[in-house]
Amino acid sequence: MKKPVNKLKSPEQRKFERERRKNVLLSLSGLVLFFVLWEVLVDTGVISSRALCSPSELVGTLLTKLVSKNPDGATLIVNMLASLKLAVLGFLIAVAVGIPLGLFMGYFKAFDKFMTPIFEILRPIPPIAWIPIVILTLGIGLGAKIFIIFISAFCGCVINSYLGIKLTNRTYINVAKTFGASDWQIFTKVCLPSAVNMIFAGVRTALNSSWGTLVAAEMLAATSGLGYMIQMGRRLIRPDIIVLGMFTIGSIGALMGLVLGRIEKRIAPWRDR
Amino acid sequence: MAVQNVKIRLRNITKSFYAKGKNTPVLGDISLDVYENEFLVLLGPGQCGKTVILNIIAGLEEQSSGTIEFSGGRPKMGELGVVFQKYALFPWKTVMGNVEMGPQLKHVKKEVRREKAQSYIDLVGLTGFERALPKQLSGGMKQRVGIARAYSSESDIMLMDEPFGALDAQTRYSMEEEILKIWEKKKRTVIFVTNNLEEAIYLGDRIILLGDTPTVVRKEYVPDIPRPRNYTDPAFLALRNEIAENTDLVL
Repeated sequence: MKKPVNKLKSPEQRKFERERRKNVLLSLSGLVLFFVLWEVLVDTGVISSRALCSPSELVGTLLTKLVSKNPDGATLIVNMLASLKLAVLGFLIAVAVGIPLGLFMGYFKAFDKFMTPIFEILRPIPPIAWIPIVILTLGIGLGAKIFIIFISAFCGCVINSYLGIKLTNRTYINVAKTFGASDWQIFTKVCLPSAVNMIFAGVRTALNSSWGTLVAAEMLAATSGLGYMIQMGRRLIRPDIIVLGMFTIGSIGALMGLVLGRIEKRIAPWRDR
Repeated sequence: MAVQNVKIRLRNITKSFYAKGKNTPVLGDISLDVYENEFLVLLGPGQCGKTVILNIIAGLEEQSSGTIEFSGGRPKMGELGVVFQKYALFPWKTVMGNVEMGPQLKHVKKEVRREKAQSYIDLVGLTGFERALPKQLSGGMKQRVGIARAYSSESDIMLMDEPFGALDAQTRYSMEEEILKIWEKKKRTVIFVTNNLEEAIYLGDRIILLGDTPTVVRKEYVPDIPRPRNYTDPAFLALRNEIAENTDLVL
């Protein structure tokens, strides 16, 4: 026998649910309005269909590109996987190198003084400005593309991890000292967990940067990938292919951000949100 | 009065801070004795250097001059219990995690430190909240965790730096009562820092009144009022007025 469901909700619960429904509705209506406006602008010719495809055309292209290799020589899935491989590799290397570097710079004063001048010179150079020198040194292969993505993601990881350590509450360090903690214990047991928020902010920035630099990296003699697909769309004057590439990049980026948010919530449940 | 053993002896302690090309003296010339198992209160206005004295005793800062002696030798770091202002609980650790952190850093076996930590959690009346995160606790509960954490150091010296400063008046009164109960149960030498005159009289076996710039010991008071003390007791009020005449505290 089924248990009777308690349908009685408190006024606060009802208010909360009402608020949530309202927010979802607002977000959805924003999206719908955006697509409707876009459709109208293209259909009525305010924006030329040679310059921009309509959302309905985009859906058609999406369905076609799931199975068709035309016009760029690879299906959407193959392009997605090629880009993911590139962006994720570049991003992961940046995270693996940038976070420890930032953490050590933040904690060890001498290392900070030693590294900061080099880092401050390299930091303002935009990732795209690296492309010519990367072609000369690494060529145009996978390594070169990963390096461009790595460079774009690296700085965010370093800066945020560095700040995370620097902003550790002094009292927490004093508490650990009164417990007799060693320098290493203070670093691992106090500064590191205290810096988790900032580290994640850095990882998020790095993810956005690496995904955002994808198109630039795939300018280097790619034969597949979303950036390559966009380039081909431009050459063939196929705005639907360009927009599909852009939307796929945006959607995957948003999805990865969401996953990262979930991971952060798991790792740092103490955070107030 | 029975002869008391001196637990900590401070002699001619001075402290200056150097910043932006300027030397700022904070402690003038502090000399005082702290007796074994007494509840000593350091009373003084905000920013007068009370915390600096505590930090020097705790070994977190070094005095500019003067000597500090402990009976039985200077305790190593980790051998003093310190309760900090504004709770200072690690937000990423549960109540149990916070209380057992000291022994954990000393690599005490998990079962042993858990058992100890549990006994201190029970002592401060937080049984059942072991797995709660600090953000799930009220101000008073947080400071109870802070007290349990300090006790977990198993030290016979407890340093308390305005532990109730962040609490509302009601919670503060009940925590004052609570801290005395805990102290009666597990006697320790307590140095309690506050800028609250009533709190000082309510708690202290002795009150050291600090003042002036740089800070010196102005006067020492021994409240001859039996515990539990009452805020409206004439003797309490008389002492309050007497100290008030000698202090810069905003009352």
